[in-house]
Amino acid sequence: MSTNISPGDARPVEGTSSGKGGEGSRLGKAGEGLLNWVDERFPLTKLLEEHVTKYYAPKNFNVWYVFGVLAMVTLVIQIVTGIFLTMNYKPDGQLAFSSVEYIMRDVNFGWLIRYMHSTGASAFFVVIYLHMFRALMYGSYKKPRELLWVFGMLIYVALMAEAFMGYLLPWGQMSYWGAQVIISLFGAIPFGIGDAVTIWLKGDYIVSDATLNRFFALHVIAVPLVLLGLVVGHIMALHEVGSNNPDGIEIKKNKNAAGIPKDGIPFHPYYTVKDLVAIVIFFILFFAVVFFAPEMGGYFLEHANFIPADPLKTPEHIAPVWYFTPFYAILRAVPDKLGGVIAMGGAIAILFVLPWLDRSPIRSIRYRAPWYRIMLFVFAANFIMLGYLGVQVATPLYTLLSRIGTLVYFGYFPLLFILSRNEKGKPLPDRVTYQGSATADHGVDNDAEVAGAAAR
Amino acid sequence: MSSTTDDRQPRGEKGPGAKDSKLPDQYADAAPGSSVNPEALESSVTDASDPKRRRLLVLGASAVGGLGVAAVAMPMVASMLPSARAKAAGAPVEVDISKIGSGQIITVEWRGKPVWVVNRSDEQLERLEADTARLSDPDSEEPQQPEYAGNPTRSIKPEFLVVIGVCTHLGCSPTYRPDVAPADLGANWDGGFFCPCHGSRFDLAGRVYAGMPAPINLEIPPYRYVDDGTIVVGEDSDASGATPA
Repeated sequence: MSTNISPGDARPVEGTSSGKGGEGSRLGKAGEGLLNWVDERFPLTKLLEEHVTKYYAPKNFNVWYVFGVLAMVTLVIQIVTGIFLTMNYKPDGQLAFSSVEYIMRDVNFGWLIRYMHSTGASAFFVVIYLHMFRALMYGSYKKPRELLWVFGMLIYVALMAEAFMGYLLPWGQMSYWGAQVIISLFGAIPFGIGDAVTIWLKGDYIVSDATLNRFFALHVIAVPLVLLGLVVGHIMALHEVGSNNPDGIEIKKNKNAAGIPKDGIPFHPYYTVKDLVAIVIFFILFFAVVFFAPEMGGYFLEHANFIPADPLKTPEHIAPVWYFTPFYAILRAVPDKLGGVIAMGGAIAILFVLPWLDRSPIRSIRYRAPWYRIMLFVFAANFIMLGYLGVQVATPLYTLLSRIGTLVYFGYFPLLFILSRNEKGKPLPDRVTYQGSATADHGVDNDAEVAGAAAR
Repeated sequence: MSSTTDDRQPRGEKGPGAKDSKLPDQYADAAPGSSVNPEALESSVTDASDPKRRRLLVLGASAVGGLGVAAVAMPMVASMLPSARAKAAGAPVEVDISKIGSGQIITVEWRGKPVWVVNRSDEQLERLEADTARLSDPDSEEPQQPEYAGNPTRSIKPEFLVVIGVCTHLGCSPTYRPDVAPADLGANWDGGFFCPCHGSRFDLAGRVYAGMPAPINLEIPPYRYVDDGTIVVGEDSDASGATPA
């Protein structure tokens, strides 16, 4: 099963350039010298090795493992386009709406930058939801990765705040009334605290210029800083415990003589190359939307938002942007103001404790009991159904469906807690399965590393 | 080939290694009963080995520092409250109501919020009394109106309803739907206000029906009559509700 590959196949992983003689070697030496100079003053090589060239990721990653990197790519898109948008945007109740139209019509490539930013917001959530679903499938939130999951959840919450505040900035009807509704959620807090909190958040008695101005500050400076900090924490936690994989078994349990996981391959170049392919495909899809369907039929940019904010008139039908709608459906399902807000908040909060609710030692859906597959499928389908209901006008039938969906959503967690206690899954393999078989040593052979380590 | 790494590795380890060898020694004295360190003696911090004292100092410094942070945070948090300008913007508004036809509505802005003035027809007023059992608070017991509007019509003069057009659920502005039993609102719709956001229903006195997301009736602002055709929104009528006829 774990027979090692012949030495002939061994490929050294590191040491890319040490010169090829002549000019090259002189340049190479100069580079080396510079690197040494830096390394004595800053742990550049150490950091690169720790997080890139000697970060050993399981070799059996599948396509579900590209969404973390894609989330980083989206974050970069948002930060870069955002910087250029702020150069022309005016966070002022009188000027905001027309400054966005100015960006769209008069600023060179303003339309492209703005559509990249608005599409990027939706793309971010697409990628994050898939990333989270991956974690649910392969048990990536389980011991010892609980904090990694919590960091991820904090990123998700920060991202929701960021998206919500950003949506106010165009100062259209949907921006305005969306903000009004979401801020009013805090008004449900009892004992007279709620009203004080909403006034404090708005900085006025209504959503106004003061609100717009502060949301701009939070959207452009405060939340992105928090987000970046959390992303660093997320990645540090990941690199401390190591990546999970579709088999959900620890590759660190099987190390070679040099202490390198036998089923691990260095992140660079193996996964950087693989991720580049994913990034190219992502960009094709992303720009297809940017160029051909930036409004996405009113789901990415809602039609009512092309009318300037009017504090005296609510649009006929208001719905949040698609990525909030599952939670919005839960809010609407509860026929009580405070109850609805608690249910909505609880739906997000309960995800934080998922690592402690799932008591099964089996991580991957591949080896878990059949009931888990069914439950996860129902949970995901139900989440999508709630998302659909959240954008629809509340008819009696849809309200009933929302209520059922809410019960299913919240039912998942206690049921998982009970059933996972004594789960009977399939036996786990010793080594990760690769290309459909349980043989372990395709591709890279870490014996090259053994040789390298011995030389040191 | 691997010469690069071989060169680099030892140096990389030397850096932190050298530091590590020094740091623990300096602080080792803090632990009680640790061997005497000549370096520490030299540094004249004679009582550095008193952990109780050190703990007190750390606690004290943290507490003072925490107070400082709180003191700095307070103005920041307070700066987010409504400014003096925002507070001053709530001036009363004079409204000409003489031109509102029977059953018609006008919307005026007061403190940035929509305020509706509806001239209710006799027929509409009759329907207010018809089916109060379906209402959540038919007698206006919640303090959502000035005293002088605490009557069944929730107004000073029965025909003129003056109400803030902001839903008590999540702050949307409901739509005026005077039509009786329209197709989309169902047979038991007596005319009133319908909130498009979450479907809350209010009657023509701004009273919420039971079982709606909105918990309480629409708010009646303070207002008074200047003469028969003019009201001022934002100024209280005298408590009796008497109007200069």
